[in-house]
Amino acid sequence: MNSLADLPRTTDIAGQPNAAKPAVRIDGVSKAFGDVTALHEAWLAVGRGEFLTLLGPSGCGKTTILNLIAGFLEADSGEIFLDGAPITNDPAHKRQIGIVFQNYALFPHMTVEKNVGYGLRMRGVDKTEIARRVGEALELVKLPGYGGRRPRELSGGQQQRIALARALVIRPKVLLLDEPFSALDKNLRSAMQVELKEIQRSLGVSTVFVTHDQSEALSMSDRIAVMSAGRIRQIAAPGEIYRAPADRFVASFVGDTNIFQATRVSPTSVIVGGFLIDVMPGPLEGTIDGQEVELFARPEELSLTSAGAPGTLPAEVVTKVYQGGYSDFYVTTPLAAERVLVRIHGPAALELWPEGAKIGLVLPKTGANAFPPGE
Amino acid sequence: MKTPLLTWLLRLVVMCVVGFLLLPAVVVFIAGFNDRAILSFPPQSFSLRWFERALTYPDFRHGLRNALIVMVWTSTISIVVGAAFAYALNRYEFRLKHTLEAILMSPLMIPHFTIGLGLLMLGTQMGFARTFGIVVFSHIVIVLPFVIRSVYISMQNLDPRLEKAATSLGAPPWRVLVTIVLPLLAPGLFSGWLFAAILSFNEFTGSLFVTSQATQTLPVAMYNYVREYADPTLAALSTIYIVITATLLTIANLYLGLGKVLNVEQSR
Repeated sequence: MNSLADLPRTTDIAGQPNAAKPAVRIDGVSKAFGDVTALHEAWLAVGRGEFLTLLGPSGCGKTTILNLIAGFLEADSGEIFLDGAPITNDPAHKRQIGIVFQNYALFPHMTVEKNVGYGLRMRGVDKTEIARRVGEALELVKLPGYGGRRPRELSGGQQQRIALARALVIRPKVLLLDEPFSALDKNLRSAMQVELKEIQRSLGVSTVFVTHDQSEALSMSDRIAVMSAGRIRQIAAPGEIYRAPADRFVASFVGDTNIFQATRVSPTSVIVGGFLIDVMPGPLEGTIDGQEVELFARPEELSLTSAGAPGTLPAEVVTKVYQGGYSDFYVTTPLAAERVLVRIHGPAALELWPEGAKIGLVLPKTGANAFPPGE
Repeated sequence: MKTPLLTWLLRLVVMCVVGFLLLPAVVVFIAGFNDRAILSFPPQSFSLRWFERALTYPDFRHGLRNALIVMVWTSTISIVVGAAFAYALNRYEFRLKHTLEAILMSPLMIPHFTIGLGLLMLGTQMGFARTFGIVVFSHIVIVLPFVIRSVYISMQNLDPRLEKAATSLGAPPWRVLVTIVLPLLAPGLFSGWLFAAILSFNEFTGSLFVTSQATQTLPVAMYNYVREYADPTLAALSTIYIVITATLLTIANLYLGLGKVLNVEQSR
């Protein structure tokens, strides 16, 4: 992030004194398509230089937010600000926003050079300046000398870099990325993720990234806004989203999780199978002591040991999957309705127990989350 | 390995169909070279004099000029109108969209002579029955459904994200149209224009009602000719007609072949 000291200190419209103007602010924006509400009164601020991810399943409203910021959709209510100025009623072509689409959307009838220079030509920048900045942009995405090629002559990864260069060359106030990696194969995808992150950080460009891929969101973002059914469920740093999800949806959508039947004994502790477990404060507000709740535990928070050991739940190995550096054990236990996934690190873990073995399942003492039973 | 019987049968059927399709053209083509002043087949002697007559007969020259005037106006106006409608149908959702679609396609269901007759009565009432305007108007009504279809299809291959990308890069709507939409639709627009031109150039039934002596198009002039004379001039003219149209289509196909490649690139 840019140093906060560089940013102008003013009172923003929400009346918070001395808050730096965010790159993008969305104030209570709603959008409906016919009878379907795509977005319920969303509130969101993207800091200067921040990489913010909108994460959620398809139809959750993340692309709607992107289209609202870009100006491709009109908000039904609420206001959108760019660098502190309201842009809710500005047409899309006046917003100074860079976008990279899933299919890159390069203009097939133009060379790479013309594609990258398009935004500058639209701004009436003079020819030598265009040539210079296009050259710089191609340098930035490590494709210098590709200016004369046609988009169809480029690989998927190269097309994506050109799309990125085209969006960045206009020095956008915010960069919008619409699932840009989903068309790439797995190896190329991780390489491009690292590269994009480096470019984003070196330019300090504020970025809104839309994805349904939770691992992509966890690895790239400064903050993640998890969305479902047109609502933002939680906005927080990746680590917090993973460790302290705000609700059942976030807990099960981000990362793998296991659900156990539990009983609340205090706002911050539950009992599972006779063992007292401390949980994150918050989600159990609104429940009472003695109420049936559910404990969510990550696969790596669980461990296995020999059957009948003190402090364990009785369990049985159903399937195991070797993953190289770790092994996934699927076990059953009477206290969980679904099969429980336990992730054991170390290359030799697979040999520890055969399928069908009776074992003891060890629950975490602290750090897990409990939620009221839901849908 | 022996080719199975079924494959041979299939080939035979295909050859028969192709034969039947080409048969009238072949008969007329050969008849045009007959030296004698009757339309007969097969010819007994050979001559090119009917070709000469076809190219010099005043009514035909006049008709050709009229047909070309009508063709250019018809295809140009209908491509502009058709493209606008196709764009609206493709990109916007509005009430009565399906009704509009049905109305635009309805000339396909109305016989050409009905269109011609209707416009003739209307034209007489309003005093423009003997003008080029009414001929062009009737041709536009007839070719518009084909033009809209043709443009609509190439528009479906045009990714709306290209327009969004251009817009986000600062292009106002008219520059998106000029720099992105029109260049990418050019093959579709050109094929639509050509389609309209060929249909208009060949249109007879509707034209018969709405043309006058001064505005009669080549097909109408040919019809009037054949009512008076039975010599091979028409056969010769038909051959010229076919050669010109086939040449145009071949050139267009080369161009459209290229267009298809472009479309595949876009949708990737």
